[in-house]
Amino acid sequence: MADQLPLHPGLFSWPSKRPELLGSRCLECGEHAFPSQDSCRACGSEQTEIVGLGHSGTLWTWTVQSFMPKSPYLTDETPETFRPYGVGYVELPCGLKVESRLRENSPDSLAIGLDMELEIIPVRCNDEGTQLMTFQFCAAEVS
Amino acid sequence: MTEVAIVGLGIHPFGRSPELTGLEQGAVAARAALADAGTDFKAMQFAFGGSQDGGNADSLVNLLGLTGLQFTNIWNGCATGGSSLNAAYSAIRSGQYDMGLVVGFDKHARGAFNPQPRDWGLDDWYGETGLMLTTQYFAMKIQRYMHDHGISRDTLVRVAEKAFRNGSITPTAWRQTALSWEEIEHAPMVSEPLNKYMFCSPAEGGCALVLCRADMAQQFTSRPVLLKSAVVRSRHYGSFEVFSPSQAPTVAPSPTVTASQAAFEFAGIGPEDVDVAQLQDTEVGAEIMHMAENGFCAHGDQEHWLREGVTEINGRLPVNTDGGCLANGEPVGASGLRQVYEICHQLRGSAGARQVPNNPKVGYTHVYGAPGISGVNILAV
Repeated sequence: MADQLPLHPGLFSWPSKRPELLGSRCLECGEHAFPSQDSCRACGSEQTEIVGLGHSGTLWTWTVQSFMPKSPYLTDETPETFRPYGVGYVELPCGLKVESRLRENSPDSLAIGLDMELEIIPVRCNDEGTQLMTFQFCAAEVS
Repeated sequence: MTEVAIVGLGIHPFGRSPELTGLEQGAVAARAALADAGTDFKAMQFAFGGSQDGGNADSLVNLLGLTGLQFTNIWNGCATGGSSLNAAYSAIRSGQYDMGLVVGFDKHARGAFNPQPRDWGLDDWYGETGLMLTTQYFAMKIQRYMHDHGISRDTLVRVAEKAFRNGSITPTAWRQTALSWEEIEHAPMVSEPLNKYMFCSPAEGGCALVLCRADMAQQFTSRPVLLKSAVVRSRHYGSFEVFSPSQAPTVAPSPTVTASQAAFEFAGIGPEDVDVAQLQDTEVGAEIMHMAENGFCAHGDQEHWLREGVTEINGRLPVNTDGGCLANGEPVGASGLRQVYEICHQLRGSAGARQVPNNPKVGYTHVYGAPGISGVNILAV
């Protein structure tokens, strides 16, 4: 039994040295979607392909989730152990803006235009004790 | 083609009413609207009604009378009231019916809504990882808007300040206590940049309207209000909407823009002709953005409009004179009709302490809701 599994299949390439988000591209109009779709939300075509969407982008907008959400949020946390998390839309190289949790969780560390990088993080454990993994973005290291 | 008039107005106060079900609050509103028009339920040829959590609207016949009328349930999210009104408008304009009732009511549990991903065509991961909160969407939309159009935090506070001030003189409002700039600014943060007093909450309440052919209206009231247009539109590809795991590269105009433009075109007037307006204010950022999306000002002008009091009751374009969703809460099924109820009172000159002093002739209502739907009504006397 694996120690870690993706929370949902097909959202990102993982495990991998450099995980990236996976989406779809319409073979007719070229528009991208995340998560991938069998039909295109722009033109309605049913001809789409799965493509890598990359692992970096810039922060388009953001907020901070300051209290623990109720259902459908599913977590091992309690209101006492809950840590606020950032939420934002990250603009990817193809132009698509993907909604994501952000590692940064204070207004001082978030700004529109910030360079962001993808990371794969555990969200919670399932009943078998397997860690379920999802994606989030964090501010890119300044090199 | 015949015009459509609103001749009866009824409301059950918004807020919390533990002694009444949502349906009963709808019945209170319906009876009040019928009494206001000097008529009764037996005279209604049709009804359109909607509720999210209060039960089937057509169950109202058990309370109002089993008269055999056509009663259609409408469910269209926040635009439920707008869609009911649109259906009534079409039923009368087409000549199918002369007179009918539109009603909406609701009774939501305390706290924020907890939508389920499957109901919105999304997989469970989206909700489980904490992304499915309307509060986050509203916060992110105004955050970007403030960045793009130079809106300051002061303007956010001023919208809330106005809402609670107007609510304090609205007898049917939920929040009837005015709040100071400081009280609002220092409230607990919910989702940056929006804090506790900048969001409306789910609530309870009922609202109803009696409509008829305009050429019959004088039988029921000396002050009919004409429904000049009733438009509902959904989103286009690229508009920035709630519950979207991704957004298109190019931002398209919101459904508010398209609904507004269509409503003005049908009515044959423009934004400059409107004397009093209700704009969806599920949070303060929404009211700010909707001022521009409905064509009343340019993007960014809200900053000086709020500072100069343009949207106050005694301003050039009073907005949300009854305190809007911020002061009334949002019983989804009733909320859009409350807007029309308030505008009708303003146009009749019967809005009491919150009556706008500009002798209004044209009123405007706008709702916006998930997953990207907007309803606009234009009313005139």
